[in-house]
Amino acid sequence: MTDLLKSYRFREEREAGWHKLDQIIKRAETRGVNALSDEDMIALPRLYRQAVSSLTLARSISLDQNVISYLETLCTKSYLFVYGPRSSLGEKISRFFAHDWPEAVRAAWKPTVLSAACLFGGALLSFILCMIDMEWFWIFNSSIIADRTPDATTAYLESTLYSNATDAGGMLSAFSAQLFSNNSGVALFAFALGFMFGVPTAILIAYNGLLLGAFYAVFWSRGLGYELTGWLLIHGVTELFAIVLAGAAGFMIGGSVAFPGQKSRMASAQTAGRSAATIAIGAVVMLFFAALLEGFGRQLINNDGVRYLIAATTFVLWMGYFYLPRGYGRTR
Amino acid sequence: MSQTGQSPPSIEKGKLRRARMTQAKRLAEFDRQLITPEGAELTLKLGSASQRAGAFIIDWIIIILLFVGLLYGIGETAKVLGQDGDEILSAIAMLLIFSLRNFYFIFFETGRRAATPGKRLLGLRVTSRNGGQLTSNAILARNFVREVEVFLPLGFLLQGAFGGGGLNGWISLFGLIWSAVFLFMPALNKDKLRLGDIIAGTWVIHAPKIKLLGDITKTTGRAPATPSRFTFTAEQLDAYGIHELHILENLLRKSTPQVRASVAERIRAKIGWTRLPDETDREFLAEYYAGLRRNLEQKLLMGQRKADKFDKT
Repeated sequence: MTDLLKSYRFREEREAGWHKLDQIIKRAETRGVNALSDEDMIALPRLYRQAVSSLTLARSISLDQNVISYLETLCTKSYLFVYGPRSSLGEKISRFFAHDWPEAVRAAWKPTVLSAACLFGGALLSFILCMIDMEWFWIFNSSIIADRTPDATTAYLESTLYSNATDAGGMLSAFSAQLFSNNSGVALFAFALGFMFGVPTAILIAYNGLLLGAFYAVFWSRGLGYELTGWLLIHGVTELFAIVLAGAAGFMIGGSVAFPGQKSRMASAQTAGRSAATIAIGAVVMLFFAALLEGFGRQLINNDGVRYLIAATTFVLWMGYFYLPRGYGRTR
Repeated sequence: MSQTGQSPPSIEKGKLRRARMTQAKRLAEFDRQLITPEGAELTLKLGSASQRAGAFIIDWIIIILLFVGLLYGIGETAKVLGQDGDEILSAIAMLLIFSLRNFYFIFFETGRRAATPGKRLLGLRVTSRNGGQLTSNAILARNFVREVEVFLPLGFLLQGAFGGGGLNGWISLFGLIWSAVFLFMPALNKDKLRLGDIIAGTWVIHAPKIKLLGDITKTTGRAPATPSRFTFTAEQLDAYGIHELHILENLLRKSTPQVRASVAERIRAKIGWTRLPDETDREFLAEYYAGLRRNLEQKLLMGQRKADKFDKT
């Protein structure tokens, strides 16, 4: 036995434990924690600590490259598993809706107000400018809503507000068009551009406000304000709220980069980034709902009163969901 | 072990050694130390920019294949059911694009392996930069920022190429240059972070599967108890250092007989070994490896680390 290397004996004594750990981790990674038996669960922490100490030891006594790099990856994998989060996708999703999302939104009320100010401020500005002189419309408007311009007839404009396409295909295509419209892009951009001190976010949100205001002014000037509001708000409450929140998420990151306080800018951006991301995915979810409302609700309901009613209901629901103190009951 | 050119050997060797050291240094730049709560030190290897780009391309190929495949399947079923599927099909296509684009990365990275199929293929995975738990918030954040990193430059590029969107060519060009900075960010910072990683507090490490191979000193073919025919003197075992030992290890694990023959010949010449009657190259190399490793490991225990053959410790 004296012929054997020390490092070889070291390896021989511990090898079985390494293999066992390797198998447990592999099983956990492919089939989830539930696939592990009680025995494995009990053995895991011990085997993990053993492997980690083997690695430390191996570094100082063994010159076998393969052993060291094997232990290195084994320990990394085990470390990430042992100290990693273990909730399932279902748990994550339910916690997101029950706690994370409303909490993140509630905590971000200041950027939300700022973002709303950008959107509606922009809208108000372009509305007033357009009411004074309709030529402004052409400055704000891009080619997106090409046919509903000051040149269109009132009758045509009115006809665009009501639909008689009640077949499934029409609704579906309206739904999908909405889904794929620039909204979700705008929402994610508003979030992602936030790190530049929030400036591009502000521009993006305000620009969307400008478009909205100009669009509004066209209808308003023909006496279609009331009808347009119903047409817009049935899904617009949800949609605009989503955009405002996405902007708020961008401002959170921008603010944290600009004013990091005690932390480093990187660390500050990280903390803000994570809760801002919760708000942003929430905004995507809201946009999905908005698309449903637009695709089906607006195509089916051509009555202004009902449209207003739905708009008001969605407003109350969202506000309640986000801002009602928990413990007094949930609205959704 | 080292290849010698025609020029003065000492200078040539010095150069080679320096080159090797710079290479090792460059590789070490990817290493990050992580202290586990047990107090052990783990070395994490960061994924390189090219690995990341490769994984990203693979993922997008998968996304596109998925999209085309699903769409084709749905179209065929619609035909079989006798539906005039045009509008419905386009609606479903939109829905598919929407969900694939938004949720493909998030779905896989929040999974148990914290890696998309492309990342797994290249041995990459996402982890938290401070060594803590990788939360799903962090995954969301790092993936939403991709909007700026990829789709913004892409948007400028398409606008520049095809026009439309009300921007003129110059603006598109400047926009492209400006936004390309974000795209190439991983190549520009030392932690290989993309913008999303910075905001989410994550990084991507390279942890490929490594098999535990047999110990070479065990697999020489000789029964452990029988004494070796090979006895090397102390000087012969002092000829090489750890670097050469590792090369010898790689050589014994995978190489061709020709390579082994030439290396064995060189070692024999260097240490002045006279061939035993029926020794094979493989046998000689394995035995010398075992002897060298024993010698170096003993030194290691005494706190001496003989890095390579130039090291005089």
